[in-house]
Amino acid sequence: MSIPRPKPEKFRLRRTMMFMNAQKPGLIKDAYIYGADSIMLDLEDAVAENQKDSARFSLYHALKEIDYGDTEVIVRINGLDTPHWKEDIRVCVAGGCDGIRIAKTESAQDVKTVDEAVTEAEKEFGVEVGRTLLMAALESPKGVLNAYEICQASPRLFGVALSGGDYRKCMQVKVIPGGIEMLAARGHMLMAARAAGIQCFDTVFTNLNDDEGFRAEVKQNVEMGFDGKSLINPKQIPIVHEMLAPSQKEIAEAEKIVRAYREHASEGVGVFTLDNGKMIDIAFVPGAERVIKLAKASGIYEGDL
Amino acid sequence: MKNSVGREIPAEALAVELKNGRKYEPYQGKGYRDGKYIKKAGPTSRIYQKPIESKILPSIRDAVIACGIKDGMTVSFHHHFRNGDYIVNMVMKEIVNLGIKDITIAASSLGDAHDPIAEYIEQGIVTGIQTSGIRGKMGDVVSHGKLKTPAILRSHGGRVRAIEEGDVHIDVAFIGAPTADEYGNARALGGKGDCGVLSYAVVDSEYADKVVVITDTLVEYPNFPPSIHGVNVDYVVKVDEIGNPKKIASAAARMTQNPRDLMMAENTAKIIAATPWFKDGFSFQTGAGGPSLAVNRFLEPLMDAKGIKMAWAIGGITAAICDLQRKGKVGKIIDVQDFDTGAIEDIRTNPNHFEMTASEYANPANKGAFVNKLDFVVLAALEVDIDFNVNVITGSDGVLRGAPGGHPDTAEGAKCCVIVTPLTRGRMATICEHVVTVTTPGDCVDVVVTDYGTAVNPNRKDIIEALDAAGIKHVPIKELQEKAYSLVGRPDDLQWKDKVVAILEARDGTILDVVKEIKPYEI
Repeated sequence: MSIPRPKPEKFRLRRTMMFMNAQKPGLIKDAYIYGADSIMLDLEDAVAENQKDSARFSLYHALKEIDYGDTEVIVRINGLDTPHWKEDIRVCVAGGCDGIRIAKTESAQDVKTVDEAVTEAEKEFGVEVGRTLLMAALESPKGVLNAYEICQASPRLFGVALSGGDYRKCMQVKVIPGGIEMLAARGHMLMAARAAGIQCFDTVFTNLNDDEGFRAEVKQNVEMGFDGKSLINPKQIPIVHEMLAPSQKEIAEAEKIVRAYREHASEGVGVFTLDNGKMIDIAFVPGAERVIKLAKASGIYEGDL
Repeated sequence: MKNSVGREIPAEALAVELKNGRKYEPYQGKGYRDGKYIKKAGPTSRIYQKPIESKILPSIRDAVIACGIKDGMTVSFHHHFRNGDYIVNMVMKEIVNLGIKDITIAASSLGDAHDPIAEYIEQGIVTGIQTSGIRGKMGDVVSHGKLKTPAILRSHGGRVRAIEEGDVHIDVAFIGAPTADEYGNARALGGKGDCGVLSYAVVDSEYADKVVVITDTLVEYPNFPPSIHGVNVDYVVKVDEIGNPKKIASAAARMTQNPRDLMMAENTAKIIAATPWFKDGFSFQTGAGGPSLAVNRFLEPLMDAKGIKMAWAIGGITAAICDLQRKGKVGKIIDVQDFDTGAIEDIRTNPNHFEMTASEYANPANKGAFVNKLDFVVLAALEVDIDFNVNVITGSDGVLRGAPGGHPDTAEGAKCCVIVTPLTRGRMATICEHVVTVTTPGDCVDVVVTDYGTAVNPNRKDIIEALDAAGIKHVPIKELQEKAYSLVGRPDDLQWKDKVVAILEARDGTILDVVKEIKPYEI
């Protein structure tokens, strides 16, 4: 039995990416039930050095035999400085995962190196070339500084993510409530991602008992403009989804923009004014559409757009 | 003959003789006996007109002799000491040592603590078992056809009905009590092994011909207010230990951290909050299992958000519901059993935490038990089938290993009965085509919450509408069953012999299902 997966969509909703150890069948067999937009099956840090083979084995069978439905399945592979990454890529591609997360990305070349290996694997296993998506994890100051070139390094690349643990180690800082220690990295990475037109994801929040701290960080993520967040426990999922959900006011406004734009466009008008006096042109439309999409995903949209 | 949940009830089971001559009928559906009448059976009670100073006897053996226990009699016990109970084994040992045989044990429940009884069954000394729970070695020997007559398994409410109606007559009740005075006034607090309440034993004290209270802590007369009244007690025996205090009252169950359980609990709370009964003054019962218990935690913020409080909570009580009451979110706690030390501590001091009898809790044949006014009950299950029938008694191997307890009582009584269970356990499908044994009929089960989705009984259009209005997704239960089978495969049918080893009574005394002797699996 092999479950066919549809071709991955490069720009889809990725509010929540939940990490789990690829080696644990009990975890990965039905990880989709918690409702994360993406799950991140980890071959890297969660798997002991002498268990990489067995983790790949369990990962391959999960990819082949479990119907993950609409949940995106991404695999975090081992770093390019390890002997594992090439074999990791072969397994990912052979199994048919949606995307690969490149650990410890420091340069555009790192992305290109992985891209080439993926292409090779796609040819080897008869997978459509270009099907497998990539995302890059920035884990060091060097990676963050090179964010813009990394973000443009491959057409497969849908986004970049920050990895706080390693970054903080390099910067010799600890976790500070309010996130001042990460502010520059978050801001720089966000600008690079937006400039390159790809998505941007924040790092994990590891203190599972600190609900208030988690909410504060997610709130900051939303205000800074992140598309989503990496998570380590299913209980974090509904919180992110709730906090990323647009307000009814935002939804109403977005609806108005989309409807008005469609009406005016059919009449050949590109710029118009809403009843509240706001001037609208095509530049507002993707944002409004994103709000509607978010509202739908959050289960709070009742309209018919 | 097939009953209304589609179970074939063999003539052999329908022919089982009840003490009052009542004839068994197959289950006829929810509320079948409503409006009918019963004539209550009364005990034959000794007159104590001449004053005596004390009812204390030196030993259990003396009590067995004084009560005149002989071959063919029925003795009863309660299960408030749970797996810490020493009473059943101590009493049965004396009965057996006196050479008495053909004994029926009619207990409110039996558990792993009572493994030694299995041997008496194999020796043919114990020939009848009437209980809610049957587990461990006893479950095993009964399932292998070693008990002379079919075991009769009843819900907590059904047991009270059966005793009051005279289906079973208790010759001698042995009631373990944490404290008692010389006249048999017994309480569940103030001793070495406190269990909080003695709710299940009250009917025994009122309907048995002879009543013996066994305690390890004699206190000054009068031991008031008593759970078991001395006026119903013939003899009192002091022993060294009534049970193992550590097992009688376990520490409060830690709130589960299992994300799967938490997700199911949160979804259950959201479903409850979406129904019309979730309003100020609602009533609630939940079990002590991981996901059921966690529902308390998720219900609280939803109550706060709506600005409502719970008027009362019933059932087996846990520290979790006591904590909620302490925060001012629950009016009264009405208690039939205590699951942890937190609940026992609470009833000791809390003026709004009350003890009730098992009859008040769940008896379908009195004039309206608490379950009849219950809004919500959250329950667990071993299996649920596509007709919403629940099994909580037989394992996937067909062996008896559970207890209906208050499950069928609360399910029938409550306005909204929610079952919470993972879709699969190991390689077993929890949502299946046909449960091994029906212990709660599907016509009493309203919502099933699993980790893979929720199903609502199609009979409950009102609940379906409420969930739809709240945007809560649900699927046909068949879909959950198919998903389960697609994950773990379709189980082979169990193989049975012809002999009926246990009768599952519905709470109204009709037959819901039978369990047959298990046939060892041959490959």
